[in-house]
Amino acid sequence: MIKITHLTKRYEGLLAVDDINLEIGQNEVFGLLGPNGAGKTTVIHMLATLLKPTSGTALVNGFDIIAQPAKVRSSIGIVFQAPSSDDMLTGYENLKIHAFLYGVPSYDREKRIQSVLDLVGLAERQHDQVKKYSGGMRRRLEIARGLLHRPTVMFLDEPTLGLDPNSRGMMWEYIKKLVKEEKMTIILTTHYMEEADHLCNRIGIIDEGKIIALDSPLNLKKSLGGDIVKIRPRSWKALENIRLLPYVRKVEIVDGDVVMLVENAKKNIPDILRHVDSEYVEFRSPDLNDVFLKLASKNIKESGEGGFMERYAQYGK
Amino acid sequence: MASSISVFEKVYALWLREFKVFLRERSRLVASTFTPLLWLFVIGIGFGSVATLTSEGGVGYQKFIFPGIVCMSVIFTSVFFGSYVIWDRKFDFLKSVMVAPVSRGTIFVGKALGGMTSSLLQAAILLFVGAIIGMPYTPYGIVEAIVIVLLLSFALTSLGLAIGSYMQSLEGFQLIVSFVVFPLFFLSGALFPLENLPPWLSILTSFDPATYGVSAMRSAVLGVGSRPFPLDTLLLLVYAIALGTAGIYSFKRMKAV
Repeated sequence: MIKITHLTKRYEGLLAVDDINLEIGQNEVFGLLGPNGAGKTTVIHMLATLLKPTSGTALVNGFDIIAQPAKVRSSIGIVFQAPSSDDMLTGYENLKIHAFLYGVPSYDREKRIQSVLDLVGLAERQHDQVKKYSGGMRRRLEIARGLLHRPTVMFLDEPTLGLDPNSRGMMWEYIKKLVKEEKMTIILTTHYMEEADHLCNRIGIIDEGKIIALDSPLNLKKSLGGDIVKIRPRSWKALENIRLLPYVRKVEIVDGDVVMLVENAKKNIPDILRHVDSEYVEFRSPDLNDVFLKLASKNIKESGEGGFMERYAQYGK
Repeated sequence: MASSISVFEKVYALWLREFKVFLRERSRLVASTFTPLLWLFVIGIGFGSVATLTSEGGVGYQKFIFPGIVCMSVIFTSVFFGSYVIWDRKFDFLKSVMVAPVSRGTIFVGKALGGMTSSLLQAAILLFVGAIIGMPYTPYGIVEAIVIVLLLSFALTSLGLAIGSYMQSLEGFQLIVSFVVFPLFFLSGALFPLENLPPWLSILTSFDPATYGVSAMRSAVLGVGSRPFPLDTLLLLVYAIALGTAGIYSFKRMKAV
């Protein structure tokens, strides 16, 4: 469905997308996961032909994004980060205009508009002006608009950015419904780790314009090779002993807690507690956040920029 | 041809959006009709009490400037319509149109037709007011007036859209445009006869597309233009084609994101 080869975008001095190679198959729900400014939106804009790559190219539905932009555009749907409907118009009118722009044939137009409105649950509010819609409704209208012309590839750029937890949950349900009912390839970007985990069957973690990991959410989490254990030691003397334990993979100090990556935590926690006197112990399975932090911190060591703590504060939310 | 039908439908869709927004923003219509009326009734009557025009058949100052005020409304509405490109970009609507399989030329034409429609509706209101103040209309003259409004508004909407496509901020647009619309208006001969001007001013007025609009409008509704109506119309058409081409070019090079 999508084949990206050596895709690169350079803005004066800044390498926003750095030689990305990637293949995304039919009916995949692929997540591009990374912090703000990692280059996710730039990739989407290039794939949607809104932005010319500095070098490299990509095939979307078999069409080249540089040589055949019009064909690419007819075959994709896209939901931008910020809602882009005209809020003076009603939801229905916005869809009607885009049905014309995408050349949805006249015999199908009304039927299709009503069916996408039904799919996103906006049929009853279709004749209200968009300015009266909530943030979640606007986002759903964008999805409906992206679906009008039955695209085979759908891009969702931060589909839940700025939504409250309730609307986000609803949005996730709509996206899942989409996958089931419309049978399309979905590429979504997000900086919410749990969103990627919940929706995607494959994830590319992107940082500083590079894909630094590519796998299923489960495999990415397994790749850490352990669980996350958090303790608060009463004395810091024993800390060095912990570092030397063979099953402790990684030690960080976060807000006065010691956070460790521990192989087979269930078995090894008692042993850790023999080495250090702790106020409390918490442990959990790793999530994508941990995967990202591990990979990103490795990157930082290589490039020697920024602090891990700073990054943790930024992405850990 | 299926493809030409679809281009027509796309232009229609883009125009329809502009038209609906225009109808819903009533304050816009009221505000932009108010200024021309102020000119017509305050300046028109105020100056009319002191100015005696020796040329133009002695119709009185208010009737003399009426065609100019219709053109003024077209100048301001059309050029300022370019600011909607900046609004569309700000609210990402433009991005959603540019990611659709629609050519930049089509987007430009749809937008320009929207601007022409608002100019035409405003001119229609003013022409109605003209009937009240006793302009000597003929049915043929009204048709001519509409043709002039369409040509002038296409030329100047194109100019406004071209400027808008280069600007990032509304403030910047307004600044640039105020350097454009006031010379267009003042040099057009809307407020004074262009005969007997010093040569330097006379040359400047001849570069102003609105000069030909005002003169043609005066032929149409007053029967006293500076040039024959067909000549003015032809010159205006040349401007319309040139500015339209410039507008399409500007839209083609405009960045989507």
